[in-house]
Amino acid sequence: MVDAGFAARLATVAAARWRVAIVLTVAMIALYFGFILLIAYAPSLLARRLLPGLSLGILLGALVIVASWVLTWVYVRWANTHYDSALAKLGE
Amino acid sequence: MSSLLATLQATSRIGEPNAVAMGFFFLFIATTLGITFWAARRTRTTEHFYAAGRTISPGQNGVALAGDYMSAASFLGIAGLVSTTGFDGLIYSTGWLVGWPVVLFLIAEPLRNLGRYTFADVVAVRLQQTPVRIAAAVGTLATVSLYLIAQMVGAGGLIRLMFGMSYETAIVIVGLAMIAYVLFGGMLATTWVQIVKAVLLLGGAALLTILVLARFGWSPVALFSAAAEKYGEGVLAPGRLVSNPLDAISLGLALMFGTAGLPHILMRFYTVPDAKAARTSVFYATGLIGAFYLMTFVLGFGAMVLVGPEAIRGVEPGGNMAAPLLAEFLGGTPLLGFIAAVAFATILAVVAGLTLSGAAALSHDLWVSVVRREKADAKEQLRVARVATVGLGILGVVLGITFKGQNVAFMVGLAFAIAASANFPALVLSIFWRRYTTAGAVTSMVLGTASTLLLIYFSPTLQIDVLKHAEAWFPLRNPALVTMPLSFLSGILVSLLWPRPTESAGFDSVSRRMHLGQEVQPSASSLQPSAEA
Repeated sequence: MVDAGFAARLATVAAARWRVAIVLTVAMIALYFGFILLIAYAPSLLARRLLPGLSLGILLGALVIVASWVLTWVYVRWANTHYDSALAKLGE
Repeated sequence: MSSLLATLQATSRIGEPNAVAMGFFFLFIATTLGITFWAARRTRTTEHFYAAGRTISPGQNGVALAGDYMSAASFLGIAGLVSTTGFDGLIYSTGWLVGWPVVLFLIAEPLRNLGRYTFADVVAVRLQQTPVRIAAAVGTLATVSLYLIAQMVGAGGLIRLMFGMSYETAIVIVGLAMIAYVLFGGMLATTWVQIVKAVLLLGGAALLTILVLARFGWSPVALFSAAAEKYGEGVLAPGRLVSNPLDAISLGLALMFGTAGLPHILMRFYTVPDAKAARTSVFYATGLIGAFYLMTFVLGFGAMVLVGPEAIRGVEPGGNMAAPLLAEFLGGTPLLGFIAAVAFATILAVVAGLTLSGAAALSHDLWVSVVRREKADAKEQLRVARVATVGLGILGVVLGITFKGQNVAFMVGLAFAIAASANFPALVLSIFWRRYTTAGAVTSMVLGTASTLLLIYFSPTLQIDVLKHAEAWFPLRNPALVTMPLSFLSGILVSLLWPRPTESAGFDSVSRRMHLGQEVQPSASSLQPSAEA
């Protein structure tokens, strides 16, 4: 039904898309569960004061939120530039 | 401290009928009913009713997703938790956000390209319709009803506390308003209710954040420092909330992967024109929700320093009144009234989204696909969707009144655990795994739902907190650490033991549609000669 070249090129684009998705998902899991494991196993490390009023724990908590933003930005930027144009070129 | 508490209770106008709160509240109801009236004239088909005719822009959907997700539990609950426990409350602030990148990376675009109205559309796409849709509807309805009970009971209690209305009156008002939005205005009205609510909630939180920071030289660190000075350095460090590491990991799993399995969130991706719009909308939603949870850092510590944990617990032992009390401290009765109305709007919008997604499971998955086998005409489909809406709305009111005074806080965690253990594994495996079969999908969804309900029953959450027994047979407060792997493994095992080559053969066309969308016909692209060939 669909020619073999088209299917092969789509498979390449799909593989790249899932590679990016999985790397970013693993990064997110590592960041968040890293934070949770520090809370569970190294509470005294997180209690360490960086400035008066700023503990490492609060800073890392805020950074987990910022990191979530950065990772979604990385994905959207990759998808908008690479993935979309690769899909557009499939039919050529 | 007790004399301060007495003065605060004497001076707080929480629980008294408040003209400003009433005014804002009726303004919200009038505006949203106006929107519903406008939307009703544009809601003529199921495509409109469930998916707003796929005309919502990425920006609008991003705000609406944030509106659907940020419940009163996250606004009042987290602010309360931070104000009474400090750092421990912030664990929740981060946990509620981290599922969103996962939704973006794995779910949003394939869902938009493969389905029409529900997540069952995606799981069933190359499998047998009837068993898959029944199992998916069970997972959806379990998630939706538990979430609905938690929201309804929370609503009744909050409104009684803030407006001085009776619990039952509050529940009936919430029920009537949500039925009106969904019944007449469908997804279009529900989307705009979410947008209005999200703007109000983010605006209210931002206003409080600015007023708090203005008192601390615009420095959050100065605020945290004041909290540590007043209540000890311990408030900035992990405390007793996370005493069991496995508990923390299990809850983390439920929050992270449950977000990607919530039916009312997944449904929103069908309202935008294409997969790229779905992608962009999650990006906006993550930004808004993240900003909101960052503000809870300031709101929570602000309430701790300016109002004080004892005074907050004195008004309501769970700490849920921290944000309203902070508002009253900063801006008097008018600001209290505004924040109370925002909290009410928040609950209303969330229950409307839940009702719509439950109605879609009942009518689209169960009635149209299973009972009528796709033979129902457009008119009947819309009628059944509306009947299901009214039915679910009434059920929500009845459940809300039934569970009056019960400790239902665990139900939100339970809803996330079912979403993570039934809906998410089935969705991911059907998107990624060629050899997934009907029997595998049904096993992962049914076993995921059943094991979550069973283990919650034997957990300390229910046995100790609710039933007041001395101990619990199952050690974890949230079962996701066991039930999510169980759902994945059982689905994989059953698919491998009883392979279905015909179902696997369908994966190629599904994969094509997943990336290219339904609009692109494979036959059309094959007509164009390949550049390589």
